[in-house]
Amino acid sequence: MKIAVIDYEMGNLKSVTNALSFLGAKPIIVKKPSRLRGDKIIVPGVGAFGKASQNLRPFSSKIEESLESNIPLLGICLGLQIFLEESDESPTEKGLALIKGKVRKIETNLRLPHIGWNSLEIKKKNCPLFKGVEEGYVYFIHSYEAVPEEDVVAATTEHGRQICASIWKNNVYGTQFHPEKSGKLGLEILRNFLEL
Amino acid sequence: MLCRRIISCLDCDLAVPDGRVVKGVEFKKIRYAGVPWLLAEKYYKEGADEIVFLDITASHERRETMTKVIKKTSERVFVPLTIGGGISTVKDARKVFNAGADKVSINTAAIENPHLISELAKYYGTQACVVAIDAKRRYINNHEKEADKIIVDTPQGSCWYECSIYGGRKFTGVDAIKWATIAEELGAGEILLTSMDKDGRKDGYDIALNKKVCEKVKIPVIASGGCGKPEHILEVFNKSMVSAALAASIFHYESYSIPEVKEMLSKKGILIRL
Repeated sequence: MKIAVIDYEMGNLKSVTNALSFLGAKPIIVKKPSRLRGDKIIVPGVGAFGKASQNLRPFSSKIEESLESNIPLLGICLGLQIFLEESDESPTEKGLALIKGKVRKIETNLRLPHIGWNSLEIKKKNCPLFKGVEEGYVYFIHSYEAVPEEDVVAATTEHGRQICASIWKNNVYGTQFHPEKSGKLGLEILRNFLEL
Repeated sequence: MLCRRIISCLDCDLAVPDGRVVKGVEFKKIRYAGVPWLLAEKYYKEGADEIVFLDITASHERRETMTKVIKKTSERVFVPLTIGGGISTVKDARKVFNAGADKVSINTAAIENPHLISELAKYYGTQACVVAIDAKRRYINNHEKEADKIIVDTPQGSCWYECSIYGGRKFTGVDAIKWATIAEELGAGEILLTSMDKDGRKDGYDIALNKKVCEKVKIPVIASGGCGKPEHILEVFNKSMVSAALAASIFHYESYSIPEVKEMLSKKGILIRL
């Protein structure tokens, strides 16, 4: 199975491609929008929303075309956040607006960035990402949270209060945590995405 | 709720073809502990929450070996991997990120060029930049006033903490606690806080130091130096707000296994990933 991993120069792709290879899939790193094809598409990403938005912009029409052809899309961490409309982090830059809502700085008295293993509370039990997955701990590393304005939150976690850990809307999937860095549980979630 | 993390640290000597994990005592003597990626994989499978490689090779000609070690590790270890030692430019950082590292830890280069912290945060995000601080106690006399230093009361007396660089070989006069707050402002995502007084002695973490730095910064602090038994991890978690505890030798020589340590902590009421 060929998995397109979009390289839009937002940090490290290696962890994602390593995990995909480990699971027996064939990751293909895509740097040019015209080359974007695969059985599934993954948008990884660490870094800032503004630069991510600029760098991902050239891919947006291709991503929309793929979604119309029923190709599943997974955004990881910043990759999820970029699916929303805008972010407090860079108010002038727009997201892909695949999901209605904003990305906001996490409001808490607890430590930020929110780094480490936190509980995954599955809200949409029928979400294919979490098929057969027992609740457990996954690895988060972020300071901003997605605040969707539609009913797409598939899982949450708690850092002072409940924050979005995963979204699901038709063929659009997103994880705020890093499944590729979340041990066995993370690999199971990634495998579920590959098996869609 | 966020779990406390157990981080397994491997000091790597890259002067041999595949590198080797070593353990120093008080920043000096050296003993061998194993092949880097095999040990990392073992700790990952046993439940380490993160892996840290620190390159302690004196010369800077071993970069290729580090690339190989990172590559081999990241193909089989699916928890975060941090690389420290000898990273002094964004270009150095790019090499280790491209090889498969998730975070870099910088120490000497950050003190000599604080701008590097902001650069790394800009290119790779705040979360990718760990600032490592090696802190040494400097005791003061009662009458002595160190007006520009943050004084900490320890069971052994009042002291301030001095930052050391070049693996403990050079002292800077910089106040380690103040430096932690500056690093945070510049964009550090975490502080890896090593007590030079405690490192390798196996008699517990420097509680006073960890407590003080946690009070001064909002980013996560990783306690390092001094872990000799699981109770030391329990102590630093109970007595300070550190987010993680780093340990090396207690795992290397199989004195204690990671599951054993985590179960004990969990039983004592520490939230931990089992």
